[in-house]
Amino acid sequence: MKTTRRDFLKVAGVTALGMAAGAGPALAYSKGAYLPHTEHMDTGHDHLAAKRWGMVIDTRAFHGEADYAPLIEACHKEHNVPTIPGTQDVKWLWTGGFHATFPHNHQEFLAERAHHAAYPLLCNHCDNPPCVRVCPTQATFKREDGIVMMDMHRCIGCRFCMAGCPYGSRSFNFQDPRPFIAEENLAYPTRMKGVVEKCTFCTERLAEGKMPACVEASEGKIVFGDLGDPDSEIRHILAENFTLRRKPDLGTSPSVFYII
Amino acid sequence: MLEKALNGNKYYWWWISLLLVCIGVGAYNYALQFQHGLQLTNMSRDVSWGFYVAQLTYLVGVAASGVMLVLPYYLHDYKKFGNLVVFGEFMAIGAIIMCLLFVVVDLGQPQRLMNVVLHPTPNSVLFWDMIVLNGYMFLNIIVGWASLEAQKKGVPYAQWVKILAIVSVPFAFSIHTVTAFLYAGIPARHFWLTAIMAARFLASAFCAGPAIMLLLLFIVEKVAKFEIGDYAVKMLARIITYAMIFNVFFFGLELFTAFYSQIPGHMHSIVYLFAGLEDPTTGQHLGVMVPYFWAAAFMALLSLALLIPSATRNCKPVLIFALIILVAATWIDKGMGLVVAGFIPNMFEGVTEYMPSSTELFISLGIYAIGALVVTVLWKIAVTVKKAAA
Amino acid sequence: MYDGGKIIAGLIVFLGIVGFPFWYNAGSAGYKTPELKLPPKSKATECIRPTDWMRAEHMQLLDTWRDSVVREGNLVYTTASGGHVEMSLQKTCMDCHDSKKEFCDKCHTAAAVDPYCWDCHIAPKEEK
Repeated sequence: MKTTRRDFLKVAGVTALGMAAGAGPALAYSKGAYLPHTEHMDTGHDHLAAKRWGMVIDTRAFHGEADYAPLIEACHKEHNVPTIPGTQDVKWLWTGGFHATFPHNHQEFLAERAHHAAYPLLCNHCDNPPCVRVCPTQATFKREDGIVMMDMHRCIGCRFCMAGCPYGSRSFNFQDPRPFIAEENLAYPTRMKGVVEKCTFCTERLAEGKMPACVEASEGKIVFGDLGDPDSEIRHILAENFTLRRKPDLGTSPSVFYII
Repeated sequence: MLEKALNGNKYYWWWISLLLVCIGVGAYNYALQFQHGLQLTNMSRDVSWGFYVAQLTYLVGVAASGVMLVLPYYLHDYKKFGNLVVFGEFMAIGAIIMCLLFVVVDLGQPQRLMNVVLHPTPNSVLFWDMIVLNGYMFLNIIVGWASLEAQKKGVPYAQWVKILAIVSVPFAFSIHTVTAFLYAGIPARHFWLTAIMAARFLASAFCAGPAIMLLLLFIVEKVAKFEIGDYAVKMLARIITYAMIFNVFFFGLELFTAFYSQIPGHMHSIVYLFAGLEDPTTGQHLGVMVPYFWAAAFMALLSLALLIPSATRNCKPVLIFALIILVAATWIDKGMGLVVAGFIPNMFEGVTEYMPSSTELFISLGIYAIGALVVTVLWKIAVTVKKAAA
Repeated sequence: MYDGGKIIAGLIVFLGIVGFPFWYNAGSAGYKTPELKLPPKSKATECIRPTDWMRAEHMQLLDTWRDSVVREGNLVYTTASGGHVEMSLQKTCMDCHDSKKEFCDKCHTAAAVDPYCWDCHIAPKEEK
């Protein structure tokens, strides 16, 4: 692992802070049994890292909604996403038509193929995410690798982020989701009623050195990689193909690209 | 002074009992919602804010009634409002308590409410809304109570009361501005994304708030035999008229920008309110708000027609009627339309409609009853003190 | 004394409310530290911290863990003896301490605390 000066300073700063934070309580434990928790943590060695994670979806390789079904199933199974009938449902990954996906892109005389195709919808992990801006508790925040993450422990369920998200990527748990989960994945939590949730670009899988569930299930039709690295595969694909992003005029700078 | 609220006639106690019953109904329904979650509301993935947030929006405006009296009285030394200022301040307290309660009942995890304070986030407008709402409430409690206490003792109010009263003026403006910013700063919700949103909030607040207060004062005049003063009424009615003119004018500006530019996103929500929209996937034409909005437009214009000529404005029965339809029109605009239409069409240009569920209505009834109880008790104290002092 | 009856009645109601926790629990058995069943030796080979420390600090530890994992993207915790474990309630803690009833509920019930970890996190299936 390369350590830049900036990284080193960061680690040094965090360690100093950790020691300072630990010093107070440590005095209270005269036996010396107390050890500051923060000294014992690291990211692990297998994790995948990037400056800014992004995704390119080759929609030409998908033929209709059915082709997306295995991806959706992989995602929803992995993350215990419930299937709730009606308008109070929860979605992480789903599909829509061309106009639903690109509403600011009212193409007249749209190519037949694009018109009939289905497009996958998910959180765009914007570079300038409005949901992060509006959240009053920092329950939604942007990680250093560009992933827009939810802290379910902190969300108060004000749903400001749902109003703020231009992509309808967020779902609120109007009720306890557990009865609507067919088969629980014991390695991942569910959510409780009253919090908002969305796609996380599978941070838990990246931490273990694995690609996101939908990318894995797509068998190469979705490429996931580092937008911040000009030599990455994703950047080469973007350089060679014309892509669309959803509602680029809003200045949110989505990290999900569609090859049409 | 609180003991003054414990002496009242039969009707007073009937009224208090009625409010307590309503509060009980609201509390029971909230207990259900707390247990089962917001599934008991008609909000959805597409319309994720509903009646509660809309009431917050409307009541922020009602809280403005205070400043429309405080500003002339403390800043311009307009003595004619001297007898009424405290009523405005006390009504603001009731309104803001309702606002805060509407925020709390709207939360999915209300027990984590303090996270807003524990993790202060200056980039979130909601954080600032909490600060200005609480600030304005405490200022009104302190100023209202201290000035009334002074009057009870027959001494002029202290200098610091005046200072705090003047501080409360920018707070009053900021509660509307900041609440408008909840909406006006959100990309992709074209109906809200408009620079004039805060100005519209101020205009509708400065007509609806004083209008409600004037109507309530007429009731107090009747049941408590308390003189509110002819001149003060006329002045208030004039303020209401001007504010309503601005309110309607500002809405007209929105219509112009949307329909002359013909940018679809800018027109959609307004078209939904006045004509309904077609859902592209089902082909259904949906427009549950349409009759309400035409009624609101009609009432708004009629109220102006009655308020602008001084002959009709100065005729008390006509004034009362005009105020009632003005309140109804502004309530439909802000207490129903503004929030919901912002979510229609949704982010995929589909249409999911919304009307509050019975749970939402009962909980709202309870909160309105709490507000009414607070205002009743405070006004009862104020009337008693003022009558004794006179 | 004016209104003596009312004052005394009011005082009784006040004391009744204030003293509610005391008289509600009067007569019930005193607190006894629950006896814990240790996890099977075959599964649990290493303690991440000494038992006493964990007894006092596990809530802070979990609190730091969750922030560290969710917010900072850290995943690995170095134990007292230098081993490495994944910071995960479901995957690490409950892997050795495989019974929520024995490991969590016993003490929490006795101490009348009700953390809502399990509203989201999935407890291991109890063997019965």
